[in-house]
This record gives sequence, structure tokens and C-alpha cells, in this order.
Amino acid sequence: MKIDCKHVWDHISDYIDGDVEPMLRAEIDRHLEHCEICSAVMDSTRNVVILMADERIFEIPRGYSERLHQRLEAVLNEEQS
Amino acid sequence: MTPQPSMTAEATAQIIAQILAGEKHLFHNLIRPLERAVFVMLFGLLRNETDAEDAAQEAFIKVYRNLHNFRGDAKFSTWVISIARNEGLGLLRKRSSRPEEPLEPDLDGEAPRGDFTPAMLTDWREVPLEALERKELRQCLCRAILNLPPIYRDVVQLRDIDEMDVQETADTLGITPGSVKVRLHRARIMLQKELVPVLKGFAPPKRGLFGRRV
Repeated sequence: MKIDCKHVWDHISDYIDGDVEPMLRAEIDRHLEHCEICSAVMDSTRNVVILMADERIFEIPRGYSERLHQRLEAVLNEEQS
Repeated sequence: MTPQPSMTAEATAQIIAQILAGEKHLFHNLIRPLERAVFVMLFGLLRNETDAEDAAQEAFIKVYRNLHNFRGDAKFSTWVISIARNEGLGLLRKRSSRPEEPLEPDLDGEAPRGDFTPAMLTDWREVPLEALERKELRQCLCRAILNLPPIYRDVVQLRDIDEMDVQETADTLGITPGSVKVRLHRARIMLQKELVPVLKGFAPPKRGLFGRRV
């Protein structure tokens, strides 16, 4: 089985997640070895996925945690009585 | 950001039992690993820090008051995120005159794959991992995520930001694992398209003969 670029793109996300059958994975790997366009697409998409796991993508307001726990403390105490 | 990175299901169940038995102060520790994921989920829905923070407080109070209803068949983190999400969706419904969260038809499988073609690059050089530390990249990605259609943003949020697995994401959103994968694929391609021009700017310069820049 020889696969074309379009076929590779259909599996980018599953490939990055390690969620493709070993046979297909081997085909994709072989394709990536000689296709610069697909390796660039794969590499850039992987960069996007790596970046998304970065906690700094969404900044949490200063004092968020303190205010949350203060409010919870009040609720916890209120329900004790 | 993995919710509860080090807390096993047994440890979580143990703490919940202690809280229900009266050691209420332990609730603070129980939810600490989830604070961030809940805020981010609500910020994605409400687009406003103050609203997201208020909603997060309300959501955690609901978690506390409903703790006796938690059954160990779901992961605690999944359960909490679902409560937060419902809190956010409820607020959106109240704001319904504001059109930022349009209801969209479920398009899985209908749209042709061709609509989700990645950005193709002919002169791509690998972006060094250090470049991913650049603030501009994070800001661009943050905007791009917020601009995704809601059905795609939801999946990205849970899978790639909260790092839930496919099944947990499916359970939280009430969709099939197959839909999670299709939506995630499309979302990642949409983000790739948005981010590639910025990423390219961080690739090392091309060297010509004798190492000169070209």
C-alpha cells in the first residue's frame, strides 16, 4: 500500500496521538521520509499540540486561587453551623 | 495541565469520604489541582475573566454541595469539569441576547475533508523547541483557540489543554469517541493554519553558501 499526501493529512491528528494501526503508521513514516511538505505539515501541527499543553497559553488572574479558597472557606464554615 | 496529576482514584475517593465524614477543610486540597482547568474552561465559554472567576467559584461551591452525589464510576476531574461547563453554559443561556456563542449544527462527517486541509509549507525549517517559549506564539494560539467554532473549541480544551483522554472528553461533552477524534483533527488543522505564519517566523534562518543568510 502506497499512500498519498492527502491520505497522510487525514491521519495527522491520530498519528500525533499515537492512535494509528502499526501498518498505517509504517506507511506514513515511509511517506514522511521523502515528502517535505507532509513532514512540514506534521511538524507544525505537532508544534501546535505541544504549545497547547503550555500552561501559559491562558493566564489566570492574579489572586484567583486565594479568592476562590476564601469563598470556599466561608461556605464550608457556614454549613458547619 | 493534567488535572490531579498525582492523585489516584483511590486517594481521591478516600479524601472525599473524609470530607463527607466531617473533615471539610480537606476540600481545599481536593480541588486545588483542578482550579486552573475550571477557570480555563469557563474563560473559553464566557470570554471574560471576571465572569469566569465568579462562575468558577459557583461551580466549586456546587461541587462541594453535591459531593455526596459523586460516584466513582467517572473520574473526579471529569465530573468537576462537567459541573463547571454546565455552570458556564447556564450563564451563556442567560446572556442569550449576546451572540458570541451561536448554537451550531453538528457537522461531524458532513463537511468534506477538503475544508480541513492543513497549511502547506514549501520552505519549512524545523522550529526549535526554545522558540515555542515565545510569548507571541502563545498569544496567537490563545486567540486562535478562542476563535474556533464552539464544538471544536470544546474538544481542544478538554483534550489538548486539560489533557483528558478521548473517552473522558466524549463523556464530558456527551458525544461519541469517534466525534471527539474527528473534531480534534479538524480543530488542530484549523489552528495549524492560523499559527503557521507565526511559527515560520521563529524557524532558524536559511543559510546559503559559506553560512551566509539568504
